[in-house]
Amino acid sequence: MSIDLETAAKVAKLARIKVEDDALPALADEFNTILGFIEQLNEVDVDGVEPMTSVTPQRLKRREDVVTDGHMPEKILSNAPDAREGFFAVPKVME
Amino acid sequence: MLDLTYETPKPKVIAGAKHDWELVIGMEVHAQVASNAKLFSGASTRFGAEPNSNVAFVDAAMPGMLPVINDFCVAQAVRTGLGLKAEINLWSAFDRKNYFYPDLPQGYQISQLYHPIVGEGEILVDMAPGVARKVRIERIHLEQDAGKSIHDMDPAMSFVDLNRTGVALMEIVSRPDIRGPEEAAAYVTKLRQILRYLGTCDGNMQNGNLRADVNISICRPGDYEKYQETQDFSHLGTRCEIKNMNSMRFIQQAIEYEARRQIAIVEAGGEVVQETRLYDPEKGETRSMRSKEEAHDYRYFPDPDLLPLEIEQAWVDDIAASLPELPDEKKARFVTEMGLSEYDAGVLTAEVANADYFEQVAEGRDGKMAANWVINELFGRLKKDDKDITDSPVSPGQLGGIIDLIAKGDISGKIAKDLFEIVYTEGGDPARIVEDRGMKQVTDTGAIEAAVDQIIADNPAQVEKAKVNPKLAGWFVGQVMKATGGKANPKAVNDIVQAKLGL
Amino acid sequence: MTELNKLTLAEARDKLRAGDVTSVELTQACLDAIEGADALGAFVHKTPEIALERARAADARIAQGDAPAMCGLPIGIKDLFCTKGVDSQAASRILQGFKPEYESTVSQQLLDDGAVMLGKLNMDEFAMGSSNETSVYGNVVNPWKVDDRALTPGGSSGGSAAAVAADLCLAATGTDTGGSIRQPAAFTGITGIKPTYGRCSRWGIVAFASSLDQAGPMTKDVRDAAIMLQAMCGHDPKDSTSADIPVPDFEAMLTGDVKGKVIGIPREYRMDGMPEEIEKLWADGTAMLKDAGAEIRDISLPHTKYALPAYYVIAPAEASSNLARYDGVRYGHRAKLAQGDGITEMYEKTRAEGFGHEVQRRVMVGTYVLSAGFYDAYYNRARKVRTLIKRDFEQVFDSGIDAILTPATPSAAFGLGEMAQADPVQMYLNDVFTVTVNLAGLPGVSLPAGLDKQGLPLGLQLIGRPWEEGDLLNTAYALERAAGFVAKPAKWW
Repeated sequence: MSIDLETAAKVAKLARIKVEDDALPALADEFNTILGFIEQLNEVDVDGVEPMTSVTPQRLKRREDVVTDGHMPEKILSNAPDAREGFFAVPKVME
Repeated sequence: MLDLTYETPKPKVIAGAKHDWELVIGMEVHAQVASNAKLFSGASTRFGAEPNSNVAFVDAAMPGMLPVINDFCVAQAVRTGLGLKAEINLWSAFDRKNYFYPDLPQGYQISQLYHPIVGEGEILVDMAPGVARKVRIERIHLEQDAGKSIHDMDPAMSFVDLNRTGVALMEIVSRPDIRGPEEAAAYVTKLRQILRYLGTCDGNMQNGNLRADVNISICRPGDYEKYQETQDFSHLGTRCEIKNMNSMRFIQQAIEYEARRQIAIVEAGGEVVQETRLYDPEKGETRSMRSKEEAHDYRYFPDPDLLPLEIEQAWVDDIAASLPELPDEKKARFVTEMGLSEYDAGVLTAEVANADYFEQVAEGRDGKMAANWVINELFGRLKKDDKDITDSPVSPGQLGGIIDLIAKGDISGKIAKDLFEIVYTEGGDPARIVEDRGMKQVTDTGAIEAAVDQIIADNPAQVEKAKVNPKLAGWFVGQVMKATGGKANPKAVNDIVQAKLGL
Repeated sequence: MTELNKLTLAEARDKLRAGDVTSVELTQACLDAIEGADALGAFVHKTPEIALERARAADARIAQGDAPAMCGLPIGIKDLFCTKGVDSQAASRILQGFKPEYESTVSQQLLDDGAVMLGKLNMDEFAMGSSNETSVYGNVVNPWKVDDRALTPGGSSGGSAAAVAADLCLAATGTDTGGSIRQPAAFTGITGIKPTYGRCSRWGIVAFASSLDQAGPMTKDVRDAAIMLQAMCGHDPKDSTSADIPVPDFEAMLTGDVKGKVIGIPREYRMDGMPEEIEKLWADGTAMLKDAGAEIRDISLPHTKYALPAYYVIAPAEASSNLARYDGVRYGHRAKLAQGDGITEMYEKTRAEGFGHEVQRRVMVGTYVLSAGFYDAYYNRARKVRTLIKRDFEQVFDSGIDAILTPATPSAAFGLGEMAQADPVQMYLNDVFTVTVNLAGLPGVSLPAGLDKQGLPLGLQLIGRPWEEGDLLNTAYALERAAGFVAKPAKWW
C-alpha cells in the first residue's frame, strides 16, 4: 500500500487540515513510512479472533432520566472565538 | 385475538413516455425519544428554550467531556422495538460517525452502525379497509441529534444553537417495501400512531420530533418481485435519498416529483446518480445536496468512550409486559368483538385517546351505536370547534347517558341530537335534561290514539286515499309526530296508524 | 533542615501532621524553586496566588485535624487536565486561551483532599510524543545533564517528570497512553505508575486515545506513588469506562515482602540491539527480586512485537476523532479568514495553524486508517491483534505469574533535537516496552534502578494484574529498596 499525493490530499481534506501542495510529497512519504511500519500487522494470524470492544470488564452503566445539567449559556459560550446574541457565530454555511 | 386479513395494495404505476414505471421506497424515520434529559447528558430536551441554555459541557464537546447513557432512552428504544414486533439485541454498541459541521460539536455523531439495539420487525400499513401493506423494519438504533444552524440572522454568518445537540433519536429504518407516495405517507402515519400508543415519541412533526429521510428508486413492473424473491438490489434502480422531511404532504409531493425526475432521466437514456437531495416545498422540487456531501466518508468506528450496551432479557420482558394494546390489535378487537366496521374501528383507534373514550362509551352498550355517536356526532362537533378529544365538553358518561335514553326508547334519534347539543354547550346530566325540559318520548298509547283519531277525523279524503295506497300511512305518522312535537314514539305511532286505517 | 521542596510526599505529610512545617512554607519553597527553573520549561502556567490560598486553607484544615494524606502537599498538574478557570491547553496552540469552566475529576479529587496546585506542566502537544518536543510552549529540558547537551525528559509527561526530578514540586500528575508516564519517569530518575484502565476517571482530561488514556502519579518514590494514586483513583459516574471497584489502601500494602511472588521475565522484550547496560539493569533487577524471595520464571508474550504497530493504528484512529472537536467554533484558536472564506476554509486553516506537525500527522494517519475501504485492513485488524496481546498477558497471569519485570525504555534520555532527522517510527520505538501495557489495560510502574555509564538514570518496569496496583506497588517497593537508587541531578539551571 503506497500513498500517492492525491490520497494524501484527500486525507488532509477529510481531516480538515490545510496542507499546501508543496508540503504534500513530504507528507505522503511520512504516511508511507508509518503505514509500512503498521503493515507488520499483516503477519499476525487473526483468524477467528474477535476485535477488542473494550479493554475493561466493566458493564456500561446507565443514568436516570433526570435533568441535572444545562442552564448555563454564558459558561457554554465563555470561551467562544465569536459568540453573538447567545449563539456561536461561524462563517456562513451554504446548504 | 383474531387478526384481520388484508389484501396487498397495488403499487403506484406512473406512465412514462415509453412505458410504465413503479416506485420502490425505503424510509429512515428519526423519532425523538420522549425523555426529560438528553441521550448522553443531563441537559433538558425541552423545545423552544433560549439558545444554548439546554446545553451541558458534554453537548458542547468541551475538552475532556464524556458521555453517560440515559437508561430511559434505552428502554424507549426497546419498547419501540417490541411495539414493532422486532428482535431486541441484548448486546449492542455505539459507533462514531465522523464529519465536520458547525452544529455537530464533537465532530462526530454517536450512533449505532454495526450493532443496533433493535433488529428486524414489521409494520402493517393500512391503506383502505381490507387493504394493507406489510413493511419490514430493518433495524432501530439510538443516536444523537445535531444542533441547529440558523442562516438568516446575519448576512455573513451562520448562528449555532446547541439546545438540540445530543437529544436522543431512534432511527427506524425500513426495507424498501413501500410502493407509492400514499403508502409512504401512510407508513409514517402508522409509525407515528404506534409511537404515540407506546409513548416513546410524541410524534410532533412540526417541531421536528419526527422526521423522515426517503430513499426512492424506480423500476419496471415485475422487477420488484424479482428483488423480493432474491433480495438482490440489482433488480432495482439507483436510489436517491431525500433528507429531513417533516410533513406528510411534502413526503408525498417530494416522492411524486422525484419519481418523475428519475423516469425522465432514464427515459432520456441517462443514469440516475445516487445522491442526497433536499425537497423545496416552495418550488415543489427536489435538488441535489452534492455540495454538502462532497468527500463524505464517515469513518465509523466503535466509540471508545462507551462500553458495549448490555441489557438483560428479564428487563426486556418487563418492558414487554408493560406494553399497551397496540393499534392493530385494538382495531381487530373492535371489529371482531364489538361488531364495528373496519373503517370505524380504524377511525376510533387512530389516537389512543379516541379509542379510550370510545371504549368508555361502549362499555355495557351497543358497540356500533356507540361508534356512530362518537364518530359522527362527537368527532364532527369537536372538529367544528377545532377541539381535541381531551378537551371534549361531553364526557364519555354523558354521551353514554344519551345513548341509554335512546336505547330505553325515552327519546328518539332526532331528539337525541338536540339533547347532545344541549349537553355539549350547557353540560348537565342527559336524563335530567330530558326530564326537566319535557323531551321524553310519548309512549302512552292513549294519548297517541287520541292524536291519531283527531288527524283521521280532520282528513277524510286522505283516509280514503290511504286505503288504496297504504304508503300514505307515512303521511299520518308525520302529522302525528308534528302534533306531538316529535315526542311520540315513532314505532307506536306507526302501529296505531296502521291499525286505525285498517291496513 | 532539608530544603522543603526536596521532601517526598510522605515526609512532607508527616511533617505537616507533626506541625513541623506548614503547607504555606512547603508551597513557598516550591514556588521559589519554580521561579528559578524557567530554563527547564516545565511549568507553563504558574498559579502562585491560587497555590498560596489553597496552602492556607490546607493549613487550617490540618490544624483542625481533618487532613487527608495529600492535604497541603504542593503538586504540579499536567496541562492535559482541565482546571477550572486556569489555562488548560494540552500544550497546543489550538486551545490557546482556553479556560475551562470545570475541573477534571482527578484534579478535583486531589483538590478535595487538600493538595495544592502550583501550576500547569508542559507536555507533548495532546500527549503525542516521547521527547516533549512537540509542545507549543517549547521543549522541556531534562534536569539530568552529563555534557553540554540538553537532554529530553521524555514524553509526553515531560514537564511533570522534569518538575518532580528537579524538586520544583513534591509530585505531579501525568497521563499515559503508550508510555507517557513511565518513559519520562525512567528518563528523569523518578517513579511513575499507570494504573489499570478504568482506575482513574478520564473526565476532564483532554482525550488523546480514549481506550488507552489513563492518568497516574509521577513521584519521587514508590510510597509517594501509592499515596497519590490513592487520591487520584476511584469510581466516577461521569466516565462510562471508570471502574466501580473498591480502592484498597495502597500505602498500607507496602510491606516490601515479596516472598513467594512469581515474577515473569518475558523473552520477547530482549530486543535486538538493546544496549548492554539495559540488559544488565534488567538482569540486576531480576536478581534483586530473587534475592528478596521472589520466584523468577521465564515467560513468553508472543505478540509483543505487534504492539507498537497496533498502537499506531488504534491511537491515531481514536485521536483523529477525538480531535475533531477542535474546529474553532466553541473555544480556542480560530484562524483569521480571508475574504470569501467559508466554513470549510475556517476549519482547514484553524486546524492547520492550531495543530503542530506531529498532531497533524497522527490525525491524518488516523483518518486514513478509518477511511472507507481500509477499516478492516487496519483498524479492525489492529483491534484483533489487541485482543491477542491482552490474551498473552491473561495466559501468563493465569499460569501463576504475579508481576512481569521488563526494562522501562530501550535507552537512557537522548539529546533534544537528536531525533529530528529520524523518521517518525524511530521516535515511536521509545514506547516499545510500555505500549503493551496500555493495549492490555494493565497497571505498569516504572522506577529508577540504576545509572548508565554516562550517569543518566535508567528505569525498570513492573507490570501487574488488572486492579492489583497495591500488590504491584509492593513489588516495586521491594525492588526500590534493593536497588537503593538515590542519585539526583546536579542543579545547573
